[in-house]
Amino acid sequence: MYKILKADKLAANIYRMVVDAPRVAKHCQPGQFIIVKLDEKGERIPLTICDYDREKGTVTIVFQPIGESTTEMAQLQTGDAFEDFVGPLGQPSEFVTEDLEELKKKRILFVAGGVGTAPVYPQVKWLHEHGVTADAIIGAKTKDLVILEKEFEEVCNLYVTTDDGSYKRKGMVTQTIKDLVEEGKQYDVCVAIGPMIMMKFVCLLTKELGIHTIVSMNPIMVDGTGMCGACRLTVGGEVKFACVDGPEFDGHLVDFDQAMKRQQMYKTEEGRAVLKAKEGDTHHGGCGICGGDK
Amino acid sequence: MTRFTRTPITYQDPEKRIHNFDEVCLGYTKEEAIKEAKRCIQCKNPTCVPLCPVNIDIPGFIKAIAEEDFKKAAETLAEYSALPAVCGRVCPQEDQCEKTCILGKKGEPIAIGKLERFAADWALEQGLSLGKTKEPNGHKVAVIGSGPAGVTCAGELAKAGYEVKIFEALHEPGGVLVYGIPEFRLPADDIVQVEIENLKKLGVEIETNVIVGRTITVDEIFDEGYEAIFIGSGAGLPIFMNIPGENLNGVFSANEFLTRNNLMKAFRSDMDTPIKVGNKVAVVGGGNVAMDAARTAKRLGAEVHVVYRRTEEELPAREEEVENAMEEGIIFDFLTNPVEILGDDKGWVRGIKCVKMELGEPDASGRRRPIPIEGSEFEFEVDSVIMALGTSPNPLIPRTTEGLNTDERNRIKLVSEKGQTSREGIFAGGDNVTGSATVILAMGAGKEAAKSIDEYIKSKATNI
Ligand SMILES: Cc1cc2nc3c(=O)[nH]c(=O)nc-3n(C[C@H](O)[C@H](O)[C@H](O)COP(=O)(O)OP(=O)(O)OC[C@H]3O[C@@H](n4cnc5c(N)ncnc54)[C@H](O)[C@@H]3O)c2cc1C
Ligand SMILES: Cc1cc2nc3c(=O)[nH]c(=O)nc-3n(C[C@H](O)[C@H](O)[C@H](O)COP(=O)(O)OP(=O)(O)OC[C@H]3O[C@@H](n4cnc5c(N)ncnc54)[C@H](O)[C@@H]3O)c2cc1C
Ligand code: SF4
Ligand code: SF4
Ligand code: FES
Ligand SMILES: [Mg+2]
Repeated sequence: MYKILKADKLAANIYRMVVDAPRVAKHCQPGQFIIVKLDEKGERIPLTICDYDREKGTVTIVFQPIGESTTEMAQLQTGDAFEDFVGPLGQPSEFVTEDLEELKKKRILFVAGGVGTAPVYPQVKWLHEHGVTADAIIGAKTKDLVILEKEFEEVCNLYVTTDDGSYKRKGMVTQTIKDLVEEGKQYDVCVAIGPMIMMKFVCLLTKELGIHTIVSMNPIMVDGTGMCGACRLTVGGEVKFACVDGPEFDGHLVDFDQAMKRQQMYKTEEGRAVLKAKEGDTHHGGCGICGGDK
Repeated sequence: MTRFTRTPITYQDPEKRIHNFDEVCLGYTKEEAIKEAKRCIQCKNPTCVPLCPVNIDIPGFIKAIAEEDFKKAAETLAEYSALPAVCGRVCPQEDQCEKTCILGKKGEPIAIGKLERFAADWALEQGLSLGKTKEPNGHKVAVIGSGPAGVTCAGELAKAGYEVKIFEALHEPGGVLVYGIPEFRLPADDIVQVEIENLKKLGVEIETNVIVGRTITVDEIFDEGYEAIFIGSGAGLPIFMNIPGENLNGVFSANEFLTRNNLMKAFRSDMDTPIKVGNKVAVVGGGNVAMDAARTAKRLGAEVHVVYRRTEEELPAREEEVENAMEEGIIFDFLTNPVEILGDDKGWVRGIKCVKMELGEPDASGRRRPIPIEGSEFEFEVDSVIMALGTSPNPLIPRTTEGLNTDERNRIKLVSEKGQTSREGIFAGGDNVTGSATVILAMGAGKEAAKSIDEYIKSKATNI
């Protein structure tokens, strides 16, 4: 069993849990994910690693209830435990293995949408700890859904935008990217994490702007070890398994339309109803572009 | 003529069994087993034994059954095999022990597998723990993977007095025996779980949710004080055909389909993992995996076609599975090969385009090579397609372990017959060395490696 040492809420419908998982904490790197299973009947749910503490042996996850399993998971409290918690899975972010001196020369922009803000955090934090200060954009639908703002401010130059303009900048993340570039900012790399539709539109823009872009894909998964192929997607015309080859890929090469269709595979009528009900107040991704996982 | 006729065995009625996941073959009763065992003429130079990959004393255990000494039969089996209840069910007997049974010349060979299953099930029911365990010798060995290779290796070492720990990537031990082979062929709770429990009774510890190469490295396992490591990580990566349409919604690897159904028990409505199969399914392939996928899809309510590019003759699946599948109403489209999977505008499978094949000259495998017949393309409607084309070993462990050599197909290279890899202290066996093979071969490899590990540790230590 993997004990939940702390469970709290970052915003309406965004939950954070700190889990006791020493083996995972010892090895995980930014960009990787874990798979959690609630109990005997549970399914295997992939979630990005949002923070870790190697000394304490803990791993932090942040998630949004969108279907049955994540809704059930949101009921868990501090002191409860997961039956299974396995990882780290997938490849670490590219920069982890890059030459640090080269990396320091790079101008990096992070673009985080909705619950995707959480997985961006370990990346900007890692860079900050290694002497690299990046720019980051957090996009949310409205003021109450902006998460981890303080944590981000400590480790990067932060720009916050809300769809409705209720907090800081107004408009979607792509607008802020345009604004920053117009203000004269230049970037070598963009890392975009959020709902697929947001990543797709960010990629369309950065391609125009000529900024190399990395995205973190979240297809449907089962084992997460390369055994089932459920997570396959097309990148640059080749079939890749997101769980072993990714989850991060060159966003300009990803076939987003196919990936978005594949994500709908188990979308049942019931699932759709759940999503619709939830979207009312949270907006599935919070990117400001999509109007939900449609 | 009874000497030449096999004692019939009971199967669940096909009409009923296509609606449940209960075991299809019900096994021999005591009386039937004794009757069948008495048919064996107890050859002085048995022709059955050499074809069993672990050379079980077949006349020996059969004699014990004939004499109604089931305990002795089970003990005899235990000397050679760690998983007789499994092998009795899933060995391709018609190509192994039963192929050369002398009675097969004039009539039907002895039902060696069914008798093995009978004796093993009897022992499981009695809760017998077979085989002696030596005093703990204070030495530690780690095993990676809990399929038949890993489980056998761990069991043998534990009996020899070693402290053994298995690291398993999934949340449940058993390897293909739990995630691949369906309940209706090999009941997970009654057979596999009981075998795993027996292993634990021998003192073997199993840590699940540990992916070696990610959660921990091989070198860190050595750092934890293990003196030798056995890698039994199987051949888990599914192969696709690389034809257009393979990423459409509704195309699955057999591994995904079977894992959802078997490991995650998606067929049960109280389980959270979903499974979708639709009304009409094409399963591509002709091996055991294809039969398992097809029969599972049937039980989930679909009309099932097995699409195979050769003929019934060449089907690599076990004979019994093919027979059972046919009885269950699986439709076989032989000499047929998919060239494209057709989709609708929403990205879902709507059909499959195939080409007719004919058999040409024998290829490297000795089987006649299938050649497409020009202009014979045709389409038929299906809701899903399951690709059962085989698997290859996962390269994760070799990639994260310095000095562990593999061949061009990611199979771990051995430097000796007995499981020694290119790196000292590391042994391997099973599907990760051979490519996808059989349970009994994986078991045999695990057993051989256990012997080598014992010798290796003894050669290094002075206190055993
Ligand atoms: C590598 C990876 C990392 C992830 N990281 C996070 C994370 O940090 N935080 C987080 O909240 N979520 C994350 N996800 C998504 C998360 O796994 C899904 O939201 C979850 O599995 C849904 O389970 P459910 O049973 O609640 O919903 P389901 O009932 O299974 O699904 C509800 C609906 O959501 C859609 N859906 C199913 N799977 C996914 C998916 N993988 N992504 C998006 N939509 C899906 C389906 O179409 C379905 O209709 C990640 C996914 C992957 C693959
Ligand atoms: C559907 C299906 C039906 C089959 N039917 C038959 C049959 O009827 N008869 C027959 O003889 N054979 C059959 N086979 C083949 C047989 O099951 C295999 O040959 C056999 O299971 C191989 O055993 P193994 O121990 O080498 O590997 P596996 O059974 O594959 O076990 C490997 C284990 O290692 C684990 N693992 C992998 N990587 C890691 C890692 N990095 N860290 C930790 N753990 C890891 C896996 O999760 C798995 O549990 C079938 C196979 C399939 C898929
Ligand atoms: S292990 Fe397999 S091959 Fe050997 S005797 Fe038993 S059924 Fe036959
Ligand atoms: S060859 Fe057949 S008859 Fe002879 S010992 Fe073996 S099983 Fe018995
Ligand atoms: S999730 Fe099964 S291969 Fe990626
Ligand atoms: Mg679900």
